[in-house]
Amino acid sequence: MNKLITVSPSPHAHSGESVSKLMYGVVIALLPAMLVSFWFFGMGAIYVTLLSVASCVLFEFLIQKYILKKEPRISDGSAIVTGVLLAFNLPSSLPPFIIIVGALVAIGIGKLTFGGLGNNPFNPALVGRVFLLLSFPTRMTKFPKLEGFNTPVILSDSNISDATTGATPLGIIKEGLGSGETISSLMEKNHLGYADFFMGNTGGSLGEIAAFALILGLIFMLARKIITWHIPVSIIGTVIIFTGILFLADPNQYADPLFHILTGGLLLGAIFMATDYVTSPMTPVGQIIYGVGIALITVIIRVFGAYPEGISFAILIMNAFVPLINRYIKPKRFGEEVKNG
Amino acid sequence: MHLGVPAKCLVNKGDEVKVGQLLASADGFVSANIHSPFSGTVLKIDKALDASGYKRDAVFIGVKGDEWLSTIDTSTQLKKDCRLDPAEIIHRINEAGIVGLGGATFPSHVKLTIPRGKKAEYLLINGVECEPYLTSDHVLMLEKGEELVVGVSILMRALNVEQAVIGIENNKPDAIAHLREIVTGFPNISVQALQVKYPQGGEKQLIKAVLNREVPSGGLPVDVGAVVFNVGTAVAVYDAVQKNKPLIERVVTITGKSLTTPANYRVRFGTPVSALIEAAGGLPEDTGKVINGGPMMGKALADPGVPVVKGSSGILILPEPEAARRQTEPCIRCSRCVSVCPMGLEPYLLMVLGQKSLHERMENEKVMDCIECGSCSYTCPSSRPLLDYIRLGKAEVGKMIRSRKK
Ligand code: SF4
Ligand code: SF4
Repeated sequence: MNKLITVSPSPHAHSGESVSKLMYGVVIALLPAMLVSFWFFGMGAIYVTLLSVASCVLFEFLIQKYILKKEPRISDGSAIVTGVLLAFNLPSSLPPFIIIVGALVAIGIGKLTFGGLGNNPFNPALVGRVFLLLSFPTRMTKFPKLEGFNTPVILSDSNISDATTGATPLGIIKEGLGSGETISSLMEKNHLGYADFFMGNTGGSLGEIAAFALILGLIFMLARKIITWHIPVSIIGTVIIFTGILFLADPNQYADPLFHILTGGLLLGAIFMATDYVTSPMTPVGQIIYGVGIALITVIIRVFGAYPEGISFAILIMNAFVPLINRYIKPKRFGEEVKNG
Repeated sequence: MHLGVPAKCLVNKGDEVKVGQLLASADGFVSANIHSPFSGTVLKIDKALDASGYKRDAVFIGVKGDEWLSTIDTSTQLKKDCRLDPAEIIHRINEAGIVGLGGATFPSHVKLTIPRGKKAEYLLINGVECEPYLTSDHVLMLEKGEELVVGVSILMRALNVEQAVIGIENNKPDAIAHLREIVTGFPNISVQALQVKYPQGGEKQLIKAVLNREVPSGGLPVDVGAVVFNVGTAVAVYDAVQKNKPLIERVVTITGKSLTTPANYRVRFGTPVSALIEAAGGLPEDTGKVINGGPMMGKALADPGVPVVKGSSGILILPEPEAARRQTEPCIRCSRCVSVCPMGLEPYLLMVLGQKSLHERMENEKVMDCIECGSCSYTCPSSRPLLDYIRLGKAEVGKMIRSRKK
């Protein structure tokens, strides 16, 4: 035997799964919703998406190479996912510097200060979004009217008057209820319809408008075993139950469950943001607790809080509990309960 | 050659030996006899490298002819009846040097001696191939089905159990059908088809699949009323008790994508692995790794000149590209390793604790329950060497536990 052969401990086989394969799988799952946003918001959506992804990847590269002085690992695809998700949480009419700041906060503060992929406690894209929401509240909540490729691209305050800015369905309802109107009259007056929510023909951030596209992404990720059902199903289920109880108590004051599911980025959050591997629990039971927690906090913020939308905050709050959940919710150890059946 | 205390050598340089002659006798209870697989002259007694990579005592025999001890019944006629009492059966199994042939090579007479106060209710026969690629149990079930079932009935007698179940994965419908037909003559033996699921061939996993009972952490199968033997062991028991033939050979799978003629061979112990590879068409050009065992739990061999021993269920040749490990990436906490672990452990956590040498916490997180099936490392998208760290941790925690007992 004069040829060198490899000697290493078992196992000698590997599934062939890799981080980049998983990340690009998520990117594919995000495509339908991305195309819908291009369709309804036109050039503005394309510009926001490209700029967000490019800045996230660039910041990841620059910070890893020059500040942390490590081998840059942008090829794992995680910065691309963060970039798309950040864009999905932004309106199409933002000046470039706001997007760049958002990307810097997401990657720089949300991810790399904690040690990079795998170590960040909070979802980086949400850290970026919430930072922008608190710093630029008016710009972040101005959404142009949907006119497809005729939707004006608004880069600075100089032509902001060009756009008729519309509010999101949840915003309209919240405001209207405050001035004493009922849900059904508000829906009618503002031409809000479930079919539009489903197809994406409604105001909002890039990625949150079209329920069908997000659900396509979910089906793809479940089929490819990129994620499991536990988190999305527990969030959606709990929202249906909680808002259903409120709706039955007073249909004039509380929107019905379907309205809550289809609006305000709930599906975007439940399918793509809450399921981030790094910031969600490790066991199925833990994931269900996490999902139920997100749903409860979301509904409480929406119905009783000051913001019309709440899932971003809810996810960040539950992110903080993940270490605790992982510590106390253990998988069922083999042989734990001895069955004598 | 087996798990437990090494055996004591009985022959000297220059002695003539016959096939089946005792070469070394068991030293203590958890030990096993070793018999000569060949006839010829003892050349020397020396240390030799074995498949585990350690030097062990070995008897070197210059092979001459194939002369068997006259006490061994070499006819192929099936001997169905066994009226011996349990003590005599166990004695013969002990004499024949039989150990578990699934891979762990635990001396069989020890398993057959049920600790006081415990009772075995079921005998489970493991027909689940312990790993992918290996097919030695499969061919054995097809070719030696009758002997196997008689062996099972002998084991039942020895254990005084009423029920025996042969568990076979349902991707081997021919073996299931074949054995089902044979067991019609044995009212208390049944064949159960099982889902194909790695690692079903582990003792604890098999008991769970067949009886839906879980062996408690740190416990033995008999704690839930079960005793498990591999199909190969059952055939060896038949040979020993009915034919007076000691354990000198076994079925070994030799396989690999680039091999010209992968096959199963009945191999005498002591045959060099390289001879097997030659028989299967020679070592392929692109060989990257030679593994004693399967892809998940086998040991990579540094030198294919090592001999086949009682625990060698297969030899697997992996081509170059599959042999190298992939580069490790950071843990992305995808929880795949947790969901795949058959023992309900958290491999990602055990690895982190291992890296920080937090052995007490590893113990609390049940590191000792790990059966080293390799599923966690296999499935990790970041190609993290989870099992390497868990193994190290088990060794450290094992030391800790032993020093505590003193
Ligand atoms: S499978 Fe690998 S990446 Fe996933 S949680 Fe386990 S160790 Fe981490
Ligand atoms: S090797 Fe990994 S998957 Fe298998 S039992 Fe051990 S920790 Fe669990």
